[in-house]
Amino acid sequence: MGLRSYIITRILLTIPTLLLLLSMVFLVMRVLPGDPVALHFEKKATPEQMETMRRLLGLDKPLWTQYIDYLWGLVDFGYFLEHGYPNLGKSMQTYEEVGGQIFSAFPATLELAIYSMIIASVIGILLGVVSSKSYNSILDHLIRGFGTVTYAIPIFLLGMIFQLIFGVYLRWLPTGLRLNPAVDPPASITGLYTIDSLLEGNLFKFFESLKALLLPSLTLGIILSGMFIRMARTNMLETLRLDFVTAAKARGLKESTVTYGYALRNAFLPILTMMGLQFAILLGGAILTETTFSWPGLGRYIVDRINFRDYTAIQGAVVMFGLFVTLVSLVVDILYAYFDPRIRL
Amino acid sequence: MSKVKIKQSILARLIPRLTSLTKKGPSGWMAILGIIILSALVIMTVIAPWIRPHDPIKTGVGPIRAPPSSQFPMGTNHLGQDMLSRILCGGSIMLQISTLSVLVCFLIGVPLGLFSSYVGGIFDRACSLVIDAIYAFPGLVIAIAIAAMLGPGVVNMALSIAVVYIPSYFRIVRSQVLSIKELTYVEAARASGAKWHTIVFRYIFPNVIPSIVVVATINFADAVLTAAGLTFIGLGVTKDVPDWGWDLTDGRALLSSGTWWVITFPGIMIILLALGFTLIEEGLSELLNPKLQR
Amino acid sequence: MPLLKIGSLTVDYRTSRGTIRAVEDVSFSLEKGETLGLVGESGSGKSTLGLSVIRLVPYPGVIVKGHVKIDGKDIVRLPEHELRFIRGRKVAYIFQDPMTSLNPIKKISAHFAELIRTHEPNVKEAKALERAKTVLKDLGIRPERINDYPHQFSGGMRQRIMIGLATALNPDLVIADEPTTALDVIVQAKILDLLESLRNAYGMALILISHDLSIILERCDRVIILYAGHMFEHASSTELHRNPRHPYTQGLLQSIPNIELADQKLAAIPGSPPNMLNLPRGCRFWPRCSYVMKICRTKEPPLIDIGHNHFVRCFKYSRGRAKS
Repeated sequence: MGLRSYIITRILLTIPTLLLLLSMVFLVMRVLPGDPVALHFEKKATPEQMETMRRLLGLDKPLWTQYIDYLWGLVDFGYFLEHGYPNLGKSMQTYEEVGGQIFSAFPATLELAIYSMIIASVIGILLGVVSSKSYNSILDHLIRGFGTVTYAIPIFLLGMIFQLIFGVYLRWLPTGLRLNPAVDPPASITGLYTIDSLLEGNLFKFFESLKALLLPSLTLGIILSGMFIRMARTNMLETLRLDFVTAAKARGLKESTVTYGYALRNAFLPILTMMGLQFAILLGGAILTETTFSWPGLGRYIVDRINFRDYTAIQGAVVMFGLFVTLVSLVVDILYAYFDPRIRL
Repeated sequence: MSKVKIKQSILARLIPRLTSLTKKGPSGWMAILGIIILSALVIMTVIAPWIRPHDPIKTGVGPIRAPPSSQFPMGTNHLGQDMLSRILCGGSIMLQISTLSVLVCFLIGVPLGLFSSYVGGIFDRACSLVIDAIYAFPGLVIAIAIAAMLGPGVVNMALSIAVVYIPSYFRIVRSQVLSIKELTYVEAARASGAKWHTIVFRYIFPNVIPSIVVVATINFADAVLTAAGLTFIGLGVTKDVPDWGWDLTDGRALLSSGTWWVITFPGIMIILLALGFTLIEEGLSELLNPKLQR
Repeated sequence: MPLLKIGSLTVDYRTSRGTIRAVEDVSFSLEKGETLGLVGESGSGKSTLGLSVIRLVPYPGVIVKGHVKIDGKDIVRLPEHELRFIRGRKVAYIFQDPMTSLNPIKKISAHFAELIRTHEPNVKEAKALERAKTVLKDLGIRPERINDYPHQFSGGMRQRIMIGLATALNPDLVIADEPTTALDVIVQAKILDLLESLRNAYGMALILISHDLSIILERCDRVIILYAGHMFEHASSTELHRNPRHPYTQGLLQSIPNIELADQKLAAIPGSPPNMLNLPRGCRFWPRCSYVMKICRTKEPPLIDIGHNHFVRCFKYSRGRAKS
């Protein structure tokens, strides 16, 4: 099977998974606990008010019609072209398009996720490799201890500790928001402030947005790095004792060639797969990080909407998280195939 | 009488296992440290009502936001509640939620995994598809969605966390069963006409127990952290009972005034609780990893 | 000066369950171009001994005593970066399982290019590949297959490639650790023939490690019998075949089927090798030995020189020698 046909098959296989995922979200949000409209008003509304909302949001239709509308909204390409975002229904609170709100919040989450992932991978793979190379030494125990402790720290606690130290006491870094409110955000091209400000050629804005990103992405990155260290360490330990690593040493290859070209490159594929799986955990962590740092992303959005009991908006955000994770796992699988000659064949 | 007997036999079997852990190097010691931390926290929570200096939910016991002193060793919060009393009593909700959710996961995930993989066929494939979809989804997002729909309460919170972790049990049991099913002695048992429940409970179940224990310990740690996270975003159980999660959440608003003690002490407690489980898990999983055994 | 000289080498594995002495007090030497066979059951320490020669005993193994001199240089005391010039260049190692000995994500060409250019940095990539192709041709593999990945070859082919990698730099010594155990019976003889022909062509010394005494007797000048980390017998192949002295060696020889003796009775050695964490007191073989004496259960026998470069670790011969 060639790489191209593998990719096509993999994309086709994503469709039923996605359909299943979307159905489950619908099931949880619409069917399981009863009537979202009643929940929204907490019994503080007249039947007429509730009826009006049902009509306006299309919640008065039969469930299966709602289900079809909901799925159709996601693939309605005409709507997408007209608005620039998919049809995810209207908010219970503001009657605005949920898709629009979500698409404007998404880049903030994406930017946070990218920087956190970079921090977590660098710390995780570096320390994991060092740890496995010095197996059972003091250094190995220290690194393992660090990984275990980071796993046990609630992410928002670490965020608050950083805010306390670098924001309240030292006053070095901002403790919230994507950008100092006194600075205009860069013109939106990618939606990622660090990249947009560079495209604009404005270094000042670049450093300002980097400063704002530092604490949130460090928080999320460090928490995630614990898991990465562990994955990298275990996989390296398993790989370092494989025959071909010993055989490479027996041929007198350089230590660095053996560690990186042989052990790490082979351990990298399982690490990559697991990183893809961790991405879901990263997004969960992003919700808490965004709440801690008032970061105006998808996580903050979902938490805000929970406070208003805005179930249509929550549903839209959950769907968006699902689509994002599915897309990432698709990319990871394709990368895996690209790097592994046994699949490439 | 029989109850006492069972207890004795469990203890008699457990103690040599625990002492044997000390002989297994750093990984064994990690597991033991975890067990010690957890036992200490559980004991503390149980005896808290008798040793706490103040009523943990009574406001105005002391001044507002008083830093740690000899009178209030952990300070007071914005309502003038004694933090030490709140710390001593605040573990019960977390322990209840995590225990309940692990129990639910175990009771659903394990039988489902055993059954599905043993039966095979379309049922197995359908189960795996659903489970994999849940597994790939951000856990906290699922928990948030379900908790938001179900409303507050210990049971509701435990259920919303349980949904996230059922897939871990299902997957580990299923993969183990699929490999064990092919082993010669199981095939021999089947060939000699053993009934399926004999095979599942006598041959397969004992072999998957170690992996289930590892999953359960990490599930405990995650449940504690998820419960704290749900509380942090406003989906917590109730403020009528002292809870480390709520203290941590309330502490966020006090940060800008430099009130470090309101987040520090509940933070340490949650870390210790999660760390206890993580240490056990990390120790056991390295001891049980066949690829790392010599 | 001999090519390889090992003196009172002792290797321990420090496991969490206790220390295993995998190789104890082993001494021998090897001349240029000579072939030596190491024979023993699994766990006898033969692979550990082989890996000690290039100081690659796996974790948690440690060389605790003795020396391993290659051209007079003691590699036990050499710093790690100097070891690289011995491994692959002076001493090459062929591993048991060819299926797992090649890096699955590197092409065969990369394996050869890396090896050649590590040890001869002045050689250009293209020149290195030219040389690699010649090596492959000598091994009976089509040179254009150099751009294939390991998984595209069969086990026998992969072991040929391993042999090619081992001999590409024309080392003085090749250590082959059960090179055919993982292969089909038909391929086994071909691989051993290939090894022998290359050895003849380049004049390398060879240490062949095997659990199969018949293979060793057929292909090696000298034999060392290992049992639970101890050298039990050391002699030339002809001498050992004609005149086996140790009860264990005699047992091994009796368990080799012989086509010429139609009504031969095959005898297996009773019992099994000892638990290395809990060795018997005295001689390590006595629980399985049919000549066991009182002294065997209390004292460890020394390695006794019985003449004709023949050494045996058994009390049977110390008494005999005392009498004469």
